Amino acid sequence: MSAADVLAILQGAVVTVTLSLVGILIGLPIGLGLALLRWANIPFIARAVAIYVSVLRATPLVTLLLLLFFALPNIGVAIGPVSAAILALVMNTSAFNCEVWRAALMNFPKEQYEAAQSVGMHASLRFRRIVLPQIVRVSLPGLVNEMSLLIKVTPVLAVVGVVDITRAAVRIGAETYEPLPPFLVAIAMYAPIVFALVSLQRFIERRQLAAEAA
Amino acid sequence: MIRDFAIVWSERDLLLSGLGNTTILSVLSAIAGLVIAFVLTPALMSKRRGLALTVRVFVDGMRCVPFLLFAYIVYYGLPSFGIRLDNWSSGLVALTVYHAAYLAEILRGAWAAQPREPIEAGVAFGFSGPRLFRRIILPPLLLAAGPVIGNQMIQIVKDSAFLTIIALPELTHAASSIQSRHYVPFAAFITAVVLYWGLCLVIEAGVSGIDRLAAARR
Repeated sequence: MSAADVLAILQGAVVTVTLSLVGILIGLPIGLGLALLRWANIPFIARAVAIYVSVLRATPLVTLLLLLFFALPNIGVAIGPVSAAILALVMNTSAFNCEVWRAALMNFPKEQYEAAQSVGMHASLRFRRIVLPQIVRVSLPGLVNEMSLLIKVTPVLAVVGVVDITRAAVRIGAETYEPLPPFLVAIAMYAPIVFALVSLQRFIERRQLAAEAA
Repeated sequence: MIRDFAIVWSERDLLLSGLGNTTILSVLSAIAGLVIAFVLTPALMSKRRGLALTVRVFVDGMRCVPFLLFAYIVYYGLPSFGIRLDNWSSGLVALTVYHAAYLAEILRGAWAAQPREPIEAGVAFGFSGPRLFRRIILPPLLLAAGPVIGNQMIQIVKDSAFLTIIALPELTHAASSIQSRHYVPFAAFITAVVLYWGLCLVIEAGVSGIDRLAAARR
């Protein structure tokens, strides 16, 4: 395994991190939107969202990715590996985020909402000023946890040909007939990313606990 | 579209055997993982620092590594050490060892949250060793950790789909071979998705059963 090989895996790391970030950034607001649709209890739509979330949470990312990658071109939607990868990540993570946001919304104290109503705030102001800042704080550890889970399923993207850490490592292993070294390098790249997110989650939880105690 | 689903229906044996294999893999590795976790958890909470630290490094290490990469290492990497496993055994070993680490952490959390008094009362009544564990510690522990273990079971089912890359004939592998043979991607994969959903609903029903049992005992 040469230095060029390590560099190739490093390039894969850039792809992994970029795709994960894009997935997270799109998935977060969509998850919130889905949670709000359920929270508002709109008769038909809330039910549909509940089923969507339940199915998506049960579907392995590989299966979802293969479905999107092969079936969308079949019905006339041209889709490349990268777009299929982003779409799959967003669908997957938004379903999990929806549950985290929803838990925070359900535990939101009703009195505050009614107080805001009684001082004459309209719905969007109420949401922006009263609800959102508080549910963001409550949901943060869960959302960060979901981000670390997302990073851990990204190797699947290699299956449709996205050249991420895993695919770069597999290619080098196949070329050199020594699969172990590139895989260990790959682990050395994933582990710090996941570890950083897990530490961030613990840090947030500790700080919130300390804030509550004070 | 109806024709596509008819093709999938004609290949139902393949899909069902895939579903069967997914179920067998998940159940076996969940049971084996739990058994290993029950060995790891006391070690995690052990007063011997060296032992506790070693197990802690293993558990945290597993939690930082993506499952797919771990499965690759077991399948392609272990032969470098002279250990050669076929796809079934390496899939099973990878799933079991990986999730044993997660289960150990779950059990540790539940164990630490258990009240001390019943255990001390058990000791006062003359229970000790395995009998103390089986009769006094284990039942409330399993009831308390039940829902989280159920979530982990769902995770195991989903991770088993990754094993398609080492050509293990599980559900996703069956769907992909149907799609490549007949070119019916939507019908094949959507059927697989529905079957996964069903499997997870069964697990969730089991968990809520345990929850009701726990509530009744409280």
